[in-house]
Amino acid sequence: MNHLLSIMLFTPLSAALITILFLRGQDEMAQLNVKMLAITATVATFLISVFVFLEFDPSSAEFQLVEDERWLFGLRYKLGIDGISILFIMLTTMLMPVTVLACWNVTHRVKEYMAAFLVLETFMIGVFCSLDLVLFYLFFEAGLIPMFLIIGVWGGRDRIYATFKFFLYTLLGSILMLIAMIGLWTISGTSDVTALLGFVVPSSEIVIAGFGIPGGLQTIMWIAFFASFAVKLPMWPVHTWLPDAHVQAPTGGSVILAAILLKMGGYGFIRFSLPMFPVASEILAPFVMWLSVIAIIYTSLVAMMQEDMKKLIAYSSVAHMGFVTLGIFAANRQGIDGAIFQMLSHGFISAALFLCVGVIYDRMHTRGIDDYGGLVVRMPVYALIFMIFTLANVGLPGTSGFVGEFLTLAGVFQYSTWIAAFAATGVILSAAYALWLFRRVVFGDLVKESLAGISDMGGREKLVFLPLVVMVLLLGIYPSLVTDVIGASVQQLVEQVAESRMQAGAVVVDG
Amino acid sequence: MMPVILITILLAPLAGALLCGFGYRLYGERAALIIATGLLFLTAILSWIVFFAFDGGTETVRLFRFVESGSLTSDWSIRLDRLTAIMLVVVTTVSSLVHLYSFGYMHADPQWKQHESYKPRFFAYLSFFSFAMLALVTSDNLLQLFFGWEGVGVASYLLIGFYYRKPTANAAAIKAFIVNRIGDFGLALGIFALFMLTDSIHFEVIFANAPGLAGSKIGFLWMQLNAAELTALLLFIGACGKSAQLFLHTWLPDAMEGPTPVSALIHAATMVTAGVFLVCRFSPLFEFAPTALGVVAVIGAATAIFAASVGLVQNDIKRVIAYSTCSQLGYMFAAAGCGVYQAAMFHLFTHAFFKALLFLGAGSVIHAMHHEQDMRNYGGLRTRIPWTFWMMLIGTLAITGVGVPLTQFGFAGFLSKDAIVESSFAAGGGAGNFSFWMLVISALMTSFYSWRLMFLTFFGSARGDAHTHAHAHESPWTMLLPILLLAVGSVAAGVIWYPVFFGHYVQDWFGPSVFTAADNHVLEAAHYVPAWVKASPFIAMSLGLALAWLFYIRRTELPARLAAAHRPLYLFLLNKWYFDEIYEFVFVRPAKWIGRFLWQRGDLGVIDGVLHAVALGAVPFLTRLAGRIQSGFLFHYAFVMVAGAALLVAAAAILGGGGG
Repeated sequence: MNHLLSIMLFTPLSAALITILFLRGQDEMAQLNVKMLAITATVATFLISVFVFLEFDPSSAEFQLVEDERWLFGLRYKLGIDGISILFIMLTTMLMPVTVLACWNVTHRVKEYMAAFLVLETFMIGVFCSLDLVLFYLFFEAGLIPMFLIIGVWGGRDRIYATFKFFLYTLLGSILMLIAMIGLWTISGTSDVTALLGFVVPSSEIVIAGFGIPGGLQTIMWIAFFASFAVKLPMWPVHTWLPDAHVQAPTGGSVILAAILLKMGGYGFIRFSLPMFPVASEILAPFVMWLSVIAIIYTSLVAMMQEDMKKLIAYSSVAHMGFVTLGIFAANRQGIDGAIFQMLSHGFISAALFLCVGVIYDRMHTRGIDDYGGLVVRMPVYALIFMIFTLANVGLPGTSGFVGEFLTLAGVFQYSTWIAAFAATGVILSAAYALWLFRRVVFGDLVKESLAGISDMGGREKLVFLPLVVMVLLLGIYPSLVTDVIGASVQQLVEQVAESRMQAGAVVVDG
Repeated sequence: MMPVILITILLAPLAGALLCGFGYRLYGERAALIIATGLLFLTAILSWIVFFAFDGGTETVRLFRFVESGSLTSDWSIRLDRLTAIMLVVVTTVSSLVHLYSFGYMHADPQWKQHESYKPRFFAYLSFFSFAMLALVTSDNLLQLFFGWEGVGVASYLLIGFYYRKPTANAAAIKAFIVNRIGDFGLALGIFALFMLTDSIHFEVIFANAPGLAGSKIGFLWMQLNAAELTALLLFIGACGKSAQLFLHTWLPDAMEGPTPVSALIHAATMVTAGVFLVCRFSPLFEFAPTALGVVAVIGAATAIFAASVGLVQNDIKRVIAYSTCSQLGYMFAAAGCGVYQAAMFHLFTHAFFKALLFLGAGSVIHAMHHEQDMRNYGGLRTRIPWTFWMMLIGTLAITGVGVPLTQFGFAGFLSKDAIVESSFAAGGGAGNFSFWMLVISALMTSFYSWRLMFLTFFGSARGDAHTHAHAHESPWTMLLPILLLAVGSVAAGVIWYPVFFGHYVQDWFGPSVFTAADNHVLEAAHYVPAWVKASPFIAMSLGLALAWLFYIRRTELPARLAAAHRPLYLFLLNKWYFDEIYEFVFVRPAKWIGRFLWQRGDLGVIDGVLHAVALGAVPFLTRLAGRIQSGFLFHYAFVMVAGAALLVAAAAILGGGGG
């Protein structure tokens, strides 16, 4: 049996353990050691993930590189990847070295900081490659602990409030998901995700206290899973933890939060909600769609009025995630392709935007939009890079941001023209808030005295942005890089969902 | 051979943009600018070779794959047909001349400090724009077209906001982008609708399906609409945004904040004509959508007269020409809306020459007058900058449509504009007749404002700062040569190409690139309209000239008296029919207000309010925990998680070992 996935999964965790157990001292040398170890481990993980990618056969929709072992209490340790999960793993492993490099200037408790990120990486990879309910649940929930620590220890002034809010929201979702998982296991008799994907959860109507619930058990479980994934993504109206978490998080935390942690929600919808509860997904699709549309318009308008750069980008993230849920629940090829593409693209773009804020925050220690202005005069390279990602965020064709939105909307249009028309207004609004932000921060004349001595990006900072620029443009010009990999899996998913809906429909008719 | 030439045409400007924008640090500013300009001239020469050598068929060169998702597929490709060939020469000719012109115009720009390298950036943007525009016109599918469509939009945004220190330039840049996005919103919905209906975004497939669309319905929002009409109208919304047609026109006059060469290239000759190109490209669809065509004609004609009326009273030389552009684009749409796409393309072609000429001429005046743009401070410049004067005179003769009535001899605008006016009369019906009368009246106004510009600038006595007038100087050859070449085009383009665009050879020449429905005979009928119709634009033009002469040469006190006597009307025109004010009041302010309301009341008030209530009421022990120990709830969380896992394990035990 091939253990490539396990090796990839535990490389960062091992590095974290080494960091905690063996690296001593607080002086500069010790700190450098920690950082070097972290960067080595994350780069190594990335290289392993490249091997995984090369081993992966995109023409097959099956789970590949599967590992299946028994561990504690008769539980199974089952890993595997398909076209949908492989690219999220690649996104994670690619962004981790970038994040570590971006945190090079951290001096407060470096050892613990790097260890937290490394542990987090293992958990995130685990979420995307576990094929067992219990394993998934453990990775999914455990991933929050390092993130709480990163915000709670290295965060800003109001970090406790932000972490607590984050915690409260997540707790609710977690509990419901846990109950649903137990239920799912009880009725199916298995925790194996591959087996569950083939299992048909009953969808005949249940009547509780006089209320008929269409979709029955499927609907109830769907809602429980939804609670967890919707908070994670986040969807309106359970999004208010995100702006606070971002504002308080250190730059590295924001990057990982926006780029990867949010994607777990979308991944959950695609891996669990849609294929396991296809009938409930159909029944509740209008509900999700309207929430998404509200999210897109509402948060775009709110983003426009923000005075804090990080809050603006956080709200923009919520709006962009709205497209993801739209695409997924349109449940057609373009919609799901678009949703996955949008998540990957947003991973790079939001990471870069938060890093852009980090660059000037490191210099001026403020995130207030009004504290800047005219940066282009002294920071031309920064202006160029910020411009590229602003335009990508706006969804300019030729950048990755366009492809996701375009495919999603093409898919949604087939589902409902109303939804598509409303959602497409988000494309206008995003241009408004993103360009206005850029204008206020970068354009104009540099008149503020505090900014008179600000310096342009250094070599390390440029290096941090290089892979992001390359990916955003590459995926924008040659999106087949992604769609070829996810194609077979998405096609199978769409067909299965359609088929089970038809069968469920047939059952209802027969009954 | 052809594929190599086409690929070179498309990619040379991109290479120029990159080599100039990034390479100047290596080989210096001057070399960078020369590389960008040289590559553009190469592109222009190759385009003319293609233009003349092209045999009339449809050729497609595939480069590599673009977006693929199920049945939604597209390639980066180059489609060559007559429409593309025309656009290629228009774009590359004007672009290369504007590059050359910018050597002179952008030299020692007073907006910049000594050490700032603004020129490579400017040239890189210009070249990038040319690349995006070429990608638009060579596309064989809707997706690449959309790439070019938004690509030129972003180039326009960057160039309007080129003087990034100026708040007005930044505001104008954002406005242009957002208003264009509103148009793109329509275009995108049109693309989605076409994809849903035909399962393809390739032009050929869509065109082949167009007759079927005319016979089918599509549910759109609350309506059941004819599929061809709906998709055509959605595409036209996109065209309106890009081509600054009525209701989405407000960005174009503000776009004059950009340097003048930009106005000539993007906001006169090329980008703003993309909407006209789109409608002509989709003639196979529009021909099956008579209502949509009627809308195109009416909006076009209404824009023509609206913009011309505003142009009558503007004082900024560039704004006059900007409104003129808006108005002339209306002519093109009116022609397309009447079903004579060839006439629209003809006017697009000739307009590129004389409008670029007028803008570059205006740039030469502005350059001479040390960046003074208010015509009230000009006057008597004829002797100070004679070359500019004579070239501008040619441009004015061309745009106002001077020629020999009832023949095919005249300046470029004479032939193409008359072709449109005749077509609209021949089309008849409500939209046709409306267009005809609007366009004739617009011709009068065009003549008036164009001559007003000439008289105020070059005739009479010097007004304004005497020092500026004393130092007014003729522009360098890098600026005059492009103007001269455009002047040649403005004189001759109409006469030379009349036979193929509108005359005897039109059907053969356009071939399959423009589709004409079996019952569309407007083009032929346009040649047999009554003599008074053929002469009407000329008469209108003469009247306009006479009025302008009366107002600005003969009795110069008349304009002020007229403005005073009809002050509300004057203010209405001067303030551009108050579109900006209305939009500010109806859209911008409410959006900001709602944004603030949703943030303060929605997020912070209701949603967080509920959350806080839950946190304080339902789970007080958690908050106490959180208050007592820093991040104490973390352990709580870990506990919940572990407990959850334990529950799962218990379930597993009960179910007998789960998994498999």
